[in-house]
Amino acid sequence: MADTRSKTSRPDDRRYFESHEWVKPDGDTMLIGITDFAVQELSNGNEGDLVYCDLPEVGRVLKAGETFGEIESVKAVADLNCPVAGEVLEINTSIEEHLEVLSKDPWKEGWLIRIRPDSKSLDKLMDAKAYEKFLAEKAH
Amino acid sequence: MKHTPLNDVHQSLGAKMVEFGGWHMPVQYGPILEEVVTVRTKAGLFDLSHMGRVRVTGKDRERFLDTICTNFVAKIPLGAIRYSLFCRADGNPIDDLLVYRSADEVFLVVNASNTDVDLAWMREHAKGFDVVIQDQTDELAMIALQGQASQATLQEMTRDLDLASVGYYKFAYGTVSGIANMRVSRTGYTGEDGFELYIPKKDAVRVWNECLQHGAKHGLKPIGLGARDTLRLEAGMPLYGHEIDATHNPIEAGLEFGVSFKPEKGDWIGRAALEKTAAKKTRHLVGIQTAGPRVPRQGYELFRGATKLGYVVSGSVSPTVNANIGTAYVPFGDGKPGDTVELDIKGKRQPATFCALPFFSRTRK
Repeated sequence: MADTRSKTSRPDDRRYFESHEWVKPDGDTMLIGITDFAVQELSNGNEGDLVYCDLPEVGRVLKAGETFGEIESVKAVADLNCPVAGEVLEINTSIEEHLEVLSKDPWKEGWLIRIRPDSKSLDKLMDAKAYEKFLAEKAH
Repeated sequence: MKHTPLNDVHQSLGAKMVEFGGWHMPVQYGPILEEVVTVRTKAGLFDLSHMGRVRVTGKDRERFLDTICTNFVAKIPLGAIRYSLFCRADGNPIDDLLVYRSADEVFLVVNASNTDVDLAWMREHAKGFDVVIQDQTDELAMIALQGQASQATLQEMTRDLDLASVGYYKFAYGTVSGIANMRVSRTGYTGEDGFELYIPKKDAVRVWNECLQHGAKHGLKPIGLGARDTLRLEAGMPLYGHEIDATHNPIEAGLEFGVSFKPEKGDWIGRAALEKTAAKKTRHLVGIQTAGPRVPRQGYELFRGATKLGYVVSGSVSPTVNANIGTAYVPFGDGKPGDTVELDIKGKRQPATFCALPFFSRTRK
């Protein structure tokens, strides 16, 4: 019998943004990172192709959708956008020296910033299933 | 999007494919920087079938081309190739190209992104000349072998032609992969020794696979457009849309070698404007190098304190030079190699140094 489950299912404990960031509640705060799709687009699975990541200062206040940094690969620079409004509490400084982590684990170890969100509600954002549908439609 | 005859092969090799100049092309098969190193240390195989190939025949072909090409076409030795541009009356280029002169034809290789514009330009200006302009792009595949192992690899597949006798920027004909009378040129866009082959499309896949087979023992690998861009930048070669374009002329880009003002050539489109520019350059193309971490990108500005000096037109990580490199336009008197400058990346500054072009060079035959 054919296995009809999808081979790669993205984590269900978070929401997704159309520019390929994810946001995950963590107690009173939220963690933000980029999806495997974003990493693949930038580096085609080659961790050596990621060369730089620019993260914001702690304390910076972000609006929903605002660009908070950049990630650079050999061939391109991509904006990092914050899916929800909030204040930057912490940044993952070790990522800046170890961009290859994004290729291996963009979901947990690859978190980029921690924010105190203005609102706990993430209802307006795509869940894993909706994000996967979004990607499938983009492919056409 | 158009597909080259090698499209299936690239996909089966696991290439990441992108749209480029209207064609579906491989940007990388593996890490881009590894592909650059492979070409610089062993050899690489490139699909160039997206580039425009045009055959010009007829008794007025050279006289005609000398009215629209910047180089002196009629003076190209038979069997030789020269770099050239098509310019508008204002001296700005619509494309750059290579011109191959034979006894009974002139063959042109133009950029994929400008092929249609080039053909329209040629046809518009051919009126009154006895010429035939034949677009061969869709009938001929084009493959390049670049890197030190290129000659050894290709010679194993070639009869009736001693590749060692084909000098740089020359072309000849031999039996390659059993295909008689194939044009082989010692040209390339990497700064390495290498060859380009012009193959009837039905034979493209077979020739590609034979190159990979014969080249395997030399470490030959397929190489995508991502690495190709880094290699040409390291070698100081221009890319239309970056160093040259509708507002950046070949004189200020340092491409005077492709421009002839010889009176015997006669008048040509853009000559008067470029003569003026040559007499009084206001800006010029220079190289920049930075330790990083950011990479120079087209559009980034160069500053000296509060003074904006110029802007970047190309940039890349360079594994060959072990720095992040770029080309930029600055005022003609500025940009002396060794002088420092600041690269501005969305308000953040990073130190850089001006350097001479090319960043990398290897002695050619």
